[in-house]
Amino acid sequence: MNALALKKGASSKSAYNLRDPHAERVERHIIAVLVDNESGVLARVIGLFSGRGFNIDSLTVAEVDHLGHLSRITVVTSGTPEVIEQIKAQLGRLVPVVDVHDLTVEAPHVERELALVKVRGTGADRVEAMRMGEVFRAHIVDTTLESFVFEITGAPDKIDTFIELMRPLGLVNVARTGVAAITRGPGKLERERGHG
Amino acid sequence: MTRQMTGAQIVVQALKDQGVDTVFGYPGGAVLPIYDEIFKQNDIRHILVRHEQGATHAAEGYARSTGKPGVVLVTSGPGATNAVTGMTDALLDSIPMIVLTGQVPTFMIGTDAFQEADTVGITRPCTKHNWLVKDTDELGETIHKAFHVATSGRPGPVLIDIPKDVQFATGTYFGTEPTRPWNYNPQVKGDSDAIMDAVELIERAERPILYTGGGVINSGPEASRLLRDLAASTGFPVTSTLMGLGAYPASGKAWLGMLGMHGTYEANMAMHDCDVMICVGARFDDRITGRIDAFSPRSRKVHIDIDPSSVNKVIHVDVPIIGDVANVLSDILEAWRARGARTRAAEIEDWWTQISGWRAMKCLAYKPSPTVIKPQYALERLEALTKDHDRYVCTEVGQHQMWAAQFLHFDEPNRWMTSGGLGTMGYGVPASVGVQIAHPEALVINVAGEASWLMTMQEMLTAVQYGAPVKQFIMNNERLGMVRQWQQLLHGERYSQSWSEALPDFVKLAEAFGAKGAQVSDPADLDDAIAQMLAHDGPFILDCLVEKHENCFPMIPSGKAHNEMLLGEASTDGAIDTSGAVLV
Repeated sequence: MNALALKKGASSKSAYNLRDPHAERVERHIIAVLVDNESGVLARVIGLFSGRGFNIDSLTVAEVDHLGHLSRITVVTSGTPEVIEQIKAQLGRLVPVVDVHDLTVEAPHVERELALVKVRGTGADRVEAMRMGEVFRAHIVDTTLESFVFEITGAPDKIDTFIELMRPLGLVNVARTGVAAITRGPGKLERERGHG
Repeated sequence: MTRQMTGAQIVVQALKDQGVDTVFGYPGGAVLPIYDEIFKQNDIRHILVRHEQGATHAAEGYARSTGKPGVVLVTSGPGATNAVTGMTDALLDSIPMIVLTGQVPTFMIGTDAFQEADTVGITRPCTKHNWLVKDTDELGETIHKAFHVATSGRPGPVLIDIPKDVQFATGTYFGTEPTRPWNYNPQVKGDSDAIMDAVELIERAERPILYTGGGVINSGPEASRLLRDLAASTGFPVTSTLMGLGAYPASGKAWLGMLGMHGTYEANMAMHDCDVMICVGARFDDRITGRIDAFSPRSRKVHIDIDPSSVNKVIHVDVPIIGDVANVLSDILEAWRARGARTRAAEIEDWWTQISGWRAMKCLAYKPSPTVIKPQYALERLEALTKDHDRYVCTEVGQHQMWAAQFLHFDEPNRWMTSGGLGTMGYGVPASVGVQIAHPEALVINVAGEASWLMTMQEMLTAVQYGAPVKQFIMNNERLGMVRQWQQLLHGERYSQSWSEALPDFVKLAEAFGAKGAQVSDPADLDDAIAQMLAHDGPFILDCLVEKHENCFPMIPSGKAHNEMLLGEASTDGAIDTSGAVLV
C-alpha cells in the first residue's frame, strides 16, 4: 500500500492536522496591524500569511501617519481560535510591526468597505438599477447612455447583497477595497498609535 | 560623533564599533569596495571560505560557541543565494548572525543586471529581518540596528543588502547610538502572576520534569547556572532537546539524557507520565512531541519562551511565561524561595524510583562486535579519549548526529554545535572551522557521516589556510544511514538511492587538501587511530569504517506517542503504520 495514499482527514495523528479547517470552528476576525512604513513591509506581512498557510479574506493598507512613518494594515482572516492566536503572535514578532489588534475580540468597532460597481443596460433594467442604487445609498459616479458606475460603502454583506441584485440587471464588473475598520467611541485601543 | 566616510568605510567602522573581530566571507564584484577597506586594516580578521554556504555555517559555529553574533560578507546574486541555506539554518536554530551582501548599483536594480538577484525578496522568509540600504547616510545606523535585532529577543539571522554605489558614495556615519527610536524591544521579564502560577506548580508537583532547550543556551551562561540551581534545589529531573545539550551537565545527578525521537527511554517516559512539565526555552518541536494528541496527557505545562508565537503553537500549555530564560528562572527561584522553597519531596522520591526502573532498560545498549566498528562504540571511545580536553563538537546531520547526541556528554553550554531545526547536511565541516577560529587552542571535532561531509568538504581548505586543526571524525557506512533506516522501517526495505557507490579515498583526499588522514576499520585499532588524530597538530580526517546497517535506537516512530518507543531491532516489525509514513 502506498504510504501517501491517506484519506483526507483520516486517522493520521500528525501535527499537520492541527490546522485541519474542518476539525474545528472557523471564525472570521478583523486584525488591525500598525507598521513602520518601510520598504517591503507589506510583502513581509503577506509572506507570513502565505508561508504559514493562513487565510487572507481581504487586506487594505495605507499610510495613516506621514510624520510617524506609520501605515495601517487591516486584514480580514479566518481560522480556528488557535490559528487566530498564532496569526497575531506571528504578526507581533515581525520587526517593523508596531502593534497588532484583533478588533473582533478587543472592542466594538465599525467596519466599512467601498465598492465601485459597473452596470450596463437600457430601458427597465437601467431604471431598476438606478432605483436599487438609491435604496442602497449608492452614488452614481460615472454614467453613459447605457451604463452606470455606482460607488457604494458599507459592511461587506451589504455590498454583497447589492452586487447580487445588480447581477440580473447587467452587472459588468466590480472593484472592492477590502475592509477598513476602527473602534467605536472616543478612545484608542491600548498602545494604539498614529491617527488610528 | 558624526563623520563623513564612504559607505565601504562605514561598513568596516560599524563592525569595529560592534566589537566584531572575525568576518567569514567571499569577495565578488559587488562587494569590492568593502574588501578594499578590509585590506587596509588589521582589527577585523577576514576568513576566506570556499563557498558562501560555508561562510554562513562557519559564522554559526562561531556564534554558537561564543554567544556572539557571527558575521558574513558575500557578494550579490550567487553569493547571496548560496548563503540562503545557512541563514535558514540560523533562523530555525535561533542563532544570531549578520549577513552583509553586495548588490548591483541602485540605478541598475531591477534591470536583471549581471549578478543581480532580489536578495531581500529571496531572504525575507529566511531572516529575522532584512534591509536594502539605498542611502549611504542610513548605512551605519542600519548595521547597528541589525546587530540589535539579531541579538535581542529570540536571536536570528539578519541581512543587509548594500548596493555598490552606496559603498562608494560618501555619507555621514553617526556612531552606534540610534538617531531615531528602533521600536524593537522584546519582553524579557516574565509576568509576575504567571511566575507565581509556576511556583505553585513546582510546590505541588509529584512527578515533575524540566524539559529544556536551546533557549537556555541562547539566554547565556547565567541561564544555565540558574537551571542547575533550580534542578539541584528542587530535585526535579532534567531532560533536554538536541539544541539544549550542555545547559544542564550530562554528568549531573538529575540528567535523564536527551528526549524526543531518538531520545532516551527514561526521558520520554518521564515526559509522558509527568504531572508537571516545565518547558524552559524549547518549542515542542515535532521531533520532541511525537503524536500530538498523546503528548504528556496528564501534565500541567509551564512554558518559558521569549517568543510569544512559540506558545500554544503546537501544544496547549497551562502557564505561558513570555520572557528571557535567565530573567524568568531568576524570578521563579526567588519567588519559590520566598515562599519557603517547598517541594513534595516524598512523592518526588517515588518518581525517581520509577525513573530508575525506566533507566534499568538501558535503552542505549547495543550489540558489540569484535570485528566491525559499531558507530556507538566509535563514539564511546571518542568520548572516553576526549572528554578531558577543552572540547567542542560539531556534527553533520543523520544517524551519526543522533548517536553523537546520545553517546557524547556535555557538561557546559556552547560546546555542542549541531543543525537541529533545519537538519542541514554539510553543516559540520564549515561549522567546525568557525568554532576553531573562535577557539584556536581548543580541540574541535566534527562528528560526521561520509555523505554529509562530502557536501561541504572544500572548507577543509579554509581549515588548512588558517591552520585550524579541526578533527573530522567520519563514521563511514557508505550509506545515507538515516534515509536507509527509514526505508528499512517504512518503505519495505527498498533502498532507493541511499547508498554511495563511489566514494573518495579519504586518506588521499586529506593529503590532497594538505591535511593528514588515516583510516580505521578494526575495533582493536580504534583507540590508536583516535590518539593519532588527537596528536596531530593540524587538520585531520579520520575515516572510521563502521557497521553499514546499524539502526539508530531508541526511536519514537512517526505518528506514535512517547510511551510507544522502539528499543531495538526486535521491536520494529510493523511498528510504523502507513499513517506514520506520511510524516517526516
